[in-house]
Amino acid sequence: MRKRNWFSRYAGVRNRGINPDGFHVSQIKFYLILLPLSVFMVLPILFIFSSAFKPPDELYAYPPRFFVINPTVKNFNDLFSRMSGSNMPVSRYLFNSVMVTLVAVAASVVISSTAAYALSKKRFRLKQALFTINTVALMFVPIAVTIPRFLVIHRLGLLDTFWAHVLPVLALPVGVFLLKQFMDTIPNEMLEAAQMDGASDLAIYWRIVMPMIRPALATIAILTFQAAWNNVETSSLYIHGESLRTFAFYLNTLTTTATGANAVAGQGIAAAAALIMFLPNLIIFIILQSQVMSTMSHSGLK
Amino acid sequence: MRREGSLQRWWTREGSAYAFLAMYALLFLTFIAVPVFAAIALSFTFFDAIQPPYFIGLRNYITLLTQDDIFMRYVLPNTVQFAVIVGPGGYALAFLLAWMLAHLPKGPRTIFALILYSPSMTAGVAMVVVWRTLFSGDQIGYLNSLLLNWGLIQEPIQWLYAPQYLMSIMILVTLWSSMGIGFLAMLAGILDISPDLYEAAALDGMSSIWQEIFYITIPSMKPQMLFGAVMAIVGAFQAGAIGVMLSGSNPTPQYAGQLIVNHIEDYGFFRYEMGYAAAVSVVLLLMVLFFTRIFNRLFATTE
Repeated sequence: MRKRNWFSRYAGVRNRGINPDGFHVSQIKFYLILLPLSVFMVLPILFIFSSAFKPPDELYAYPPRFFVINPTVKNFNDLFSRMSGSNMPVSRYLFNSVMVTLVAVAASVVISSTAAYALSKKRFRLKQALFTINTVALMFVPIAVTIPRFLVIHRLGLLDTFWAHVLPVLALPVGVFLLKQFMDTIPNEMLEAAQMDGASDLAIYWRIVMPMIRPALATIAILTFQAAWNNVETSSLYIHGESLRTFAFYLNTLTTTATGANAVAGQGIAAAAALIMFLPNLIIFIILQSQVMSTMSHSGLK
Repeated sequence: MRREGSLQRWWTREGSAYAFLAMYALLFLTFIAVPVFAAIALSFTFFDAIQPPYFIGLRNYITLLTQDDIFMRYVLPNTVQFAVIVGPGGYALAFLLAWMLAHLPKGPRTIFALILYSPSMTAGVAMVVVWRTLFSGDQIGYLNSLLLNWGLIQEPIQWLYAPQYLMSIMILVTLWSSMGIGFLAMLAGILDISPDLYEAAALDGMSSIWQEIFYITIPSMKPQMLFGAVMAIVGAFQAGAIGVMLSGSNPTPQYAGQLIVNHIEDYGFFRYEMGYAAAVSVVLLLMVLFFTRIFNRLFATTE
C-alpha cells in the first residue's frame, strides 16, 4: 500500500463529491459562497444578542453601532420589573408560555406517535385513506381558517381557557406524517415476535416502538415547541384576560405601534424580550439537531 | 345476536387501531377538517357575526371577482408576486444551499446548516424588533446610516412605510427565514444518495455538475423534493402576516404589502364580513392546492 503524502490527502478521491470525510480543494468554491451568506444570515440574530445588552445611550447612539461596547443587564431588569397594563408582572406571561409549551410538547409527542403507530403498524380498512387525508392536510394553511377556527373554539367553550393555547397546536399533520414515515423503517417481524410473546398493543407501542423512534420524537418535540412557544394568535384571538396570555403576545404588544408607543423605553426592553423568545429555540435545536437530521432522511413524500 | 358478534370481531381486529388514532383524529376534525368545511360553507353566506349566517349563493365569489377593486389591484398581484418569489425561489435556494452543504465534511456542514436553519426558528414577533431597528426610517436606522455614510442617499428613507420598498423588504425577510424543515429534509435526502450512483455515472462519461444534479441527485430524492416543495408553498402563504408586522398597520401603506392573508383578516376581524372573508380563505386554500399540484406533477414518484 502506498503511503499517502500531503498532496494525495488533500486531492484524494474520498474527499470529493457528496458527504466527504475531509477537506478538498474542490470545496473552496462552496466555502466562498457559504461563508458570506452565513454571515448575512447570522447578523440579525447576533443583533438580538447585541441589542439586548446595550445600555440606552448605545441603543440611540448616532451613528448606530452594531456591537455592544458596555454590556449591561439593565434591559432585563427593566423588563422584569415592568408591569403590564393590568398590573401583571412580566414573569406571569413567561410562566404561561412555559406551561403552555411544556403541556403542548408532551401531549403532541404522545398524540402524534399513537396516531402514527396505527397508520404505520396496524392493519385496518381505512388506513390508506386516512393517511392520504393526513398527507393532503400537509398543505393546510392554518392562517386561512382563522375565523372558522375561532368559531369552533368559541362553540366548544374553550375561549379564555388554558386549552385554547394548547389544543389547536396539537393537530399537527407534519408531525404524524414524519413519525409514520420513520416508523415504517421498523421491521414488522420485530413487532410480530413481541406479539407472539404475548405483549399487548400498548406494550409494543410503548416499550418497542417509542424507544426506536426517538429521533423522530425529538423532531416532533421541536416542531411543537416552535408552534406553541412562538404563537401570538392564540393569545390575541382566544384569550381576553391578561392573566392567561403568553410571552410571545407580550412581546408583540411591545413592538406594535398601537400599544408600544413609548418607543424610547421600549426598544431595549423589546430587545431583551426578543432574546428570551429566541434562546430556547436555539438551545433545543442545538441539543437535538443530530436526531432531527436522521428523521429528515425519512421525510420523503411519495 | 349475530350482528353483535361481527361487531365484536371487528373490534378485536381493528378496534385497537382506531383507539390509537382516536385522540389525533378528534383534534384533526376539530381544528382542521371542521374549520375548512365551515369556511367553505360560510363562503356561500352573508355573516356579520351578530345575526346568524344566511345563504346568498355565489354572491361573495362574484363580488370578489368583479367588485373588490383592492383585491384585484393589490392583493392578488402582491400575493402572486410574493408567493412565486418566496415559494419556488426560496425552494430553489434551499436546494442549492443543501446541495452545497452536502459537499462539505460533517463538522463545517453541521455549523453551516445550523446557521442557515436558525432564522427559521425565530418567531416573527421576536424578529420584528430587529427589522424595525435595521430598517428604521430615521438616520439612526442601520441601513439609512450605512447608505448615508457611503453617500448613496442624501436623506433617510422610510423603508417600512414607503410603498415602493415594503414588498422587497418583506420578500428579503421571508427568504431569510425560509430555510426550515424542508431545507433540512433536502439536505438529508442528498446525503442519503448512494455514492455508487455518482461513480457509475462518472464511468459512463457524465461530467458536468448540472448533468449530475438533474440526472442523479434530483431523481434520486424526489420524495424529499416534494416534501420540501409542500413546506415551501405552505410557508410562503403562511408568511403573509409579515407585511402587517413590519409596517405595523393593516392595511399596509397604500396596500403595498397587502397579501391575501391580510385581506382575510381585514374583512373578518375589522369589518366583520365573515362570509366574505371565508370566500377569500377558500380562494387562498385553492391557490395552495393549485401550486402543490404543479410540484406534484414534477416530482411524482411512479410506483
